[in-house]
Amino acid sequence: MAVLEAPARPRVKRPPRDRQEWGSPATYFIAFVFIALCLGPVIYIILGGFRDNSQITNSPAGFPDPWNFDNYAEVLASPTFWRQVGNSAIAGLATTLGVVVLGLMASFVLARYRFAGRGAMYSLFAAGLMFPMTVAITPLYILVRDLGLMNSLAGVILPQIAFGLPVTIIILVPFLKAIPDEIEEAASIDGTSRLGFFFRMVVPLSLPGVVTTGILAFVASWNSYLLPLFILSDQASYTLPLGVQAFASQYSVDTAKVLAFTSLSMIPALIFFTLFERRIVGGLTGAVKG
Amino acid sequence: MIEPAGGAPFVTDKQPPRGTVTAGDGARAASPAAPRPRRRSADWRKRLEITLLAGPAIVVFVSFVIFPVVLAGYYGFFRWKGFGPATDFVGFENYMIIFQDSAFHDVLRHNGFILVLSLVIQGPIAIILALLLNQKIRGRSIIRVLIFVPYIISEVIVGIGWGLMLQTSGAVNGLLDSIGLGAFQADWLSDPKIAIWSLMVIISWKYIGFAVILFLAGLQSIPDELFEAAAIDGASYWQIQRTITLPLLGPTVRIWAFLSIIGSLQLFDLVFIIWGQYVASTAGTSTMATYMVANGRTSGNFGYGSAVAVVMFLISLVIALIYQRFVLRRDTAGALTEGKK
Repeated sequence: MAVLEAPARPRVKRPPRDRQEWGSPATYFIAFVFIALCLGPVIYIILGGFRDNSQITNSPAGFPDPWNFDNYAEVLASPTFWRQVGNSAIAGLATTLGVVVLGLMASFVLARYRFAGRGAMYSLFAAGLMFPMTVAITPLYILVRDLGLMNSLAGVILPQIAFGLPVTIIILVPFLKAIPDEIEEAASIDGTSRLGFFFRMVVPLSLPGVVTTGILAFVASWNSYLLPLFILSDQASYTLPLGVQAFASQYSVDTAKVLAFTSLSMIPALIFFTLFERRIVGGLTGAVKG
Repeated sequence: MIEPAGGAPFVTDKQPPRGTVTAGDGARAASPAAPRPRRRSADWRKRLEITLLAGPAIVVFVSFVIFPVVLAGYYGFFRWKGFGPATDFVGFENYMIIFQDSAFHDVLRHNGFILVLSLVIQGPIAIILALLLNQKIRGRSIIRVLIFVPYIISEVIVGIGWGLMLQTSGAVNGLLDSIGLGAFQADWLSDPKIAIWSLMVIISWKYIGFAVILFLAGLQSIPDELFEAAAIDGASYWQIQRTITLPLLGPTVRIWAFLSIIGSLQLFDLVFIIWGQYVASTAGTSTMATYMVANGRTSGNFGYGSAVAVVMFLISLVIALIYQRFVLRRDTAGALTEGKK
């Protein structure tokens, strides 16, 4: 605390707008330490993949010396890895598409129509936000099994769409409400129906919100573990998280290869995130603040 | 089960005026209806559109979210192995067993511990970091990206990475040894006195970035004029933080705490990946969710597993409702209170 206090004081005399200077070194120091703590384990995983097992055994926290590219090369050459990437990609894209299409249509109704039960419908979806999949997983597994969808990606995709809807709707409804009524009135004077207005005006205008919710749905699906664990028991249908865990227990003695496999499997989510960071953060904070 | 949670307040809240939100909404609802009285055909058309647009989402949501929760309530009253119709009705026996099982008492204690410590550890640190990063320093956008990285990585990767780092021959003990702190080496994952603290470190590491980003967004929505006015009045930096920033950050903190509480009650992936379902109970890190999986699906007792799910659901629901009633009430703009509009 004392560290924070000292450099902060002189700042007060100036109005906050005028700050073009660099800020105090203590701030940078604390930010640097925090970031190092955040990234340390990630860097450990990535660098560990470039070492070999004897290096890891002799010096668990050391740097690659010499750099060893075999682990990454072997994982990248393995058909199992690519099959799991494919499964994860299919599940992620289908979930995203379903969540966005169904979510946008339902949000449009909630935002632009007045009808009895609108509030109840909103509450129904909002309540879903409070109860993640964990609570429903056992009966969900029975339901998916009875539908004959075990070991199929559809058995993962459908529940993921359902559980993705609350966040999507909560993000999209304010977005659609913000479209001025005048636009809708103008469209209706020009003879456009409510549905025509939806497809011609609402879909393009809500694109930023749609992209945010789509990315959230994709990353959630890419990372999801519990549902695939229950639904997918056949190795051929494994998604990446299941594959990573299976790989880690199968090759538990080959730590370096496990680390290589693990770090390759986080790349897509990381790329996605860096590309769309602003939208993801904006969407999350927007959803939480309402 | 869920309808009364959100549905009831909607009905009751129509009576007392609930601030500007309700008033504005009501005015909007009235205005389009007043100038053009709807004919029957227009009414039917509107209903058809509503059904077509909202129908698919409601069907999917009800079948895969609401229906399973209801099913769990039903199966919870049966001794059922998961095949064929459930016939062996046992009433509340499953629930009696749950509440008498000392393993379940353990998981309740663990969940409570995780819930409280998540709030106590992450909250203050995240607020301080957010205040710090809210100053206009260079590279703020890069910092924002980097502190969010742990949150975006999947639980499986976090679990495997930390699991490897914390094993007795892992990087953490190696690092301690190489910087001369070999005396502090420990069995981070299986010593029951330490394991849950290791779990807390991992949880804090994974989720604190989310709290910081959330608080930063909350801070940025506070108008600069307030700080300027206070600074002109001669308030010190800490006076400004205490009397302006923290109270105005309140709604964001309360929503974050809510999400953190619900997350703590549902915690599964990290524990299951690092400890597995059996080691978790001896290491003292088992949670309600790992208990449910170990005693439900894994052992084939789907009736019992469903009963555990119901208990989890009710505990979450009660805590969520209490929290909403007594803490979130004040914040009219929260996402979870928006249903009350």
